[in-house]
Amino acid sequence: MLAQLTVFLENEKGRLAAACRAISDAGSNMHTLVVADTADFGVARMLCDNPEACAETLKAQGWRAAVSPVLGVRVPNVPGGLAQMLEFLDEIDVNVEYGYCITLNDQSAVDIFKVSDDGTVEARLEQAGFEIVAPEDIYTIG
Amino acid sequence: MESELIVYFQPEIETMPRDELRELQLERMKESFRHAYDNVEHYQESFTERGVTPDDLQSLDDLSKFPFLTKQDMRDAYPTKLFAVPNKDVARIHASSGTTGQATVVGHTAEDLKNWGDCFARGIGMVEGSADSTIQVSYGYGLFTGGLGAHAGGEAMGCTVIPTSSGNTKRQVQMMKDLNTDILACTPSYALLIADTAIEMGYDPASEFNISAVICGAEPASQNMKDEIAAKLGVQYCDVYGLSEVMGPGVAMECAEKGGIHIAEDQFYCEIINPDTLEPVEVDEWGELVITTLTRQATPLVRYRTRDVTRIIEEPCACGRTHRKIDYLRGRTDDMLIIRGVNVFPSQIEQVITEFPEIATQYQIILTTKGPLDRVELQVETVPEFPIDEIRKLEDLKARLGSELKSNLQVSVDIKLVEPKTIERSEGKAKRVIDLREGK
Repeated sequence: MLAQLTVFLENEKGRLAAACRAISDAGSNMHTLVVADTADFGVARMLCDNPEACAETLKAQGWRAAVSPVLGVRVPNVPGGLAQMLEFLDEIDVNVEYGYCITLNDQSAVDIFKVSDDGTVEARLEQAGFEIVAPEDIYTIG
Repeated sequence: MESELIVYFQPEIETMPRDELRELQLERMKESFRHAYDNVEHYQESFTERGVTPDDLQSLDDLSKFPFLTKQDMRDAYPTKLFAVPNKDVARIHASSGTTGQATVVGHTAEDLKNWGDCFARGIGMVEGSADSTIQVSYGYGLFTGGLGAHAGGEAMGCTVIPTSSGNTKRQVQMMKDLNTDILACTPSYALLIADTAIEMGYDPASEFNISAVICGAEPASQNMKDEIAAKLGVQYCDVYGLSEVMGPGVAMECAEKGGIHIAEDQFYCEIINPDTLEPVEVDEWGELVITTLTRQATPLVRYRTRDVTRIIEEPCACGRTHRKIDYLRGRTDDMLIIRGVNVFPSQIEQVITEFPEIATQYQIILTTKGPLDRVELQVETVPEFPIDEIRKLEDLKARLGSELKSNLQVSVDIKLVEPKTIERSEGKAKRVIDLREGK
């Protein structure tokens, strides 16, 4: 599983910039960023270096920040590449809370999913031939 | 040497039989009215207007014949028109903040200050404090009565007093730990900030600190907030009531039996009136608290309308004190928000918030006008542990809080989840309501 950093933001001008600056000041480099918004608040989800330490630094400064485990899967960049993987998750009764794509090239795409996980999802995906993305493929720790 | 536990600071006064106490009240009230009338032009005028003189006070029931004194009267008397003693006898001056109008200046003679210290010291006795106790006063010192009032109480009891005043919260925690503070006196919002700061600093004050009691007042606090402070610090919570116009903290204090706050009835006579009709309410009914001072020399007050909403509890208290209690304040007649025609007290909103463990205790209410209607926005924060990654849970929390408020207040409230830094942390009185409505 990948450790995703989530930061709670008010839906106000300048908040995303302030959050990014705080992460930069915490010495962490961001590799991906997805912002989900509602009418009055948003959450910024990111994969960055040293996510746990970064979350602690942000919390100490008064931000609401949390680290959540998310699933990273590399799927072939062909029609149905993603559908096949999601169908498999459905078959094994795993629910997807949200998901997004972070990289794309001619051969493959990396997709991130927040799933209901009993701890076996990654192993079962690998067994079925899917390629799991490891943390060190995206960010560094320590 | 084992020191004796002081149960009552002034046993002969605190446990005086009620009929004797009422006799004392009448005797002192007569003296006070005569003193006020002879020395303050305002009382000569207002008594004359009502067609009464101090001689018309023959029983405590006669009090209702006398005119009220309002906050506006006190502002109009600025600076010292209500003083009943010459300047040489005034030992100190306090003043209420003038943020909402002209400041109100109150004088104290040396005797007034002594009585004040004694009133507060009775509360120190209520939390089992003694000359052996260390009291940390984290109320602000200055024109505000909190700091010096609690300080005087500590000195009257013979405690070791640490006058930290408010601010520099980490140092407050450090002193509390290193100097083995037994009793903390401050506003409830500041007590909570001190507790949270201690926990953030890596301490568990409930088990690691010596502290056994807090004496908190000067701003409203819900029962849940009091419980949270008591649990986090591991202490007895003592609610202290007071107001600078009348004296300061110590007008009433809460004993270990809870269930209300003991009025210092040898010093103050309390009535409850209906703020609309100005008539006394029935026994046990809620209304506006009206206070007549019985011993105050520098600024004697006759029937001062406090605007605080409470009721008088007649039942005797198991602690043995004969002085009656007022109930925990429901708010102020002028704090009461009229939202779309419905009366709402900020304390009711706070009560609902504290029933949600997912929500932090800090909050702010913003009132605006939206077309012909009032719009209420409640800004709250989630606690640090809340799983903020899950928008569904955040939305669900908003919906549950909104519907709980709606059913409690009969008014719909827009909930806004905010970042922690949005709501100002309090080092004194917390500003909970921001009214931006037109014409308000």
